Amino acid sequence: MKAILTEMLWLDEHNTITLSELAELSGLSADDIKDLIDYGVIVPIEEDRSPATFNANYVITAKTAHRLRNDFELDARGVALAMTLIERVQELEAQLRALSAKLPGGSNGI
Amino acid sequence: MKYKDYYSVLGIAHTASEAEIKSAYRKLARKYHPDVSKERNAEERFKDIAEAYQTLKDPEKRAAYDQLGKQQPGEEFKPPPDWQQRYSDTRFSFDDIDLADLFAGLRGGGTHRVHAPMAGQDYEAVVHLTLEQAFHGTQVNVDLSMSEYDAQGVMHRVPQVFNARIPKGVTDGQRMRVPGKGGAGLNGGRAGDLYLTIALHPHPLFRVSGHDLYLDLPLAPWEAALGTSIEVPTPAGQVRLKVPAATHAGQQLRLPKRGLPKPHSGAGDLYAMVQIVVPSELTDKERSLFTQLAEDSRFNPRGHFNSGGVK
Repeated sequence: MKAILTEMLWLDEHNTITLSELAELSGLSADDIKDLIDYGVIVPIEEDRSPATFNANYVITAKTAHRLRNDFELDARGVALAMTLIERVQELEAQLRALSAKLPGGSNGI
Repeated sequence: MKYKDYYSVLGIAHTASEAEIKSAYRKLARKYHPDVSKERNAEERFKDIAEAYQTLKDPEKRAAYDQLGKQQPGEEFKPPPDWQQRYSDTRFSFDDIDLADLFAGLRGGGTHRVHAPMAGQDYEAVVHLTLEQAFHGTQVNVDLSMSEYDAQGVMHRVPQVFNARIPKGVTDGQRMRVPGKGGAGLNGGRAGDLYLTIALHPHPLFRVSGHDLYLDLPLAPWEAALGTSIEVPTPAGQVRLKVPAATHAGQQLRLPKRGLPKPHSGAGDLYAMVQIVVPSELTDKERSLFTQLAEDSRFNPRGHFNSGGVK
């Protein structure tokens, strides 16, 4: 039998989640997430608001951080550094895709 | 169950020390971890590497693995008769599980089995869509191989097919979460989630950047010089586009809201990128008209070469 998936949640800036949801979905502890906030890897929607809320796309950030921590046996600083570099690479890749879309001739092979 | 040679996956000898196992894993993880690697098949390679390391780094699991004896990789085998009682608390049917499931269920060094609620496993899948599917929204099948426990607590590998309704508004790289459709939770824990990543196939006409689309628009020299009105394709069908007189190659003619729809409201734009093209072969008439134009025109496209590069 084929299950039909109807409940799709967009992981983008239109959806927000709380700190505890972020922890539950990513498998990180609330303290781990606070570390990532301290390092600026995860940025709450409003800095001083309590309880903090986040754009839902940080679920992917937090899951990646969790995976890197486990797979490379990293501490909080190592995770933050790796995530900073990954974010930088992703920005550059996005720029590259945007530029190649503007280049004439065929598809941009996304 | 198929045999996997964990030692050869890590590229180490059967006599390798714990330090050697760790060091081999670290080198391979740096090379193949899907979050940092650009190697082909990094994800599959890393899965094998992590699986091998999870078992070999734990002395008790490593001993259990060594007791399986050496088989040919990929060969079907069953563990020795007393193996299960010695090493495992969970019962398995050995037919439809893989080695990773087997060792994930073992006690492991020092840890004893706890009955705390545990969230189910999250699964990830890439959903490949055409531009048209992304434009209109669509339903696609997502194939997964999931581990499941039956009523007796025996674990099985079960192929699952989901029919995912992809709403309008997605674009390349979009991530979505399908709550509760991952693996079942253990001891009353919540079910895991299914994470989808949208990947768009390249389109023969449109290039994608976020929700904006880019289309090459070839114009004949006289169309670009005189201006014209032409039909251009968009994902929603043909639209009429007015090309102003004196249009240059490289100029972008913007068709607002003719790109991909955005998730909640609005749409990206479509940019027609002007190219000036000439016939590969001229008719006699065309040749004579161009020759006449060349003789009569005082236009110098390279005037700025002699004025220090200022156009």
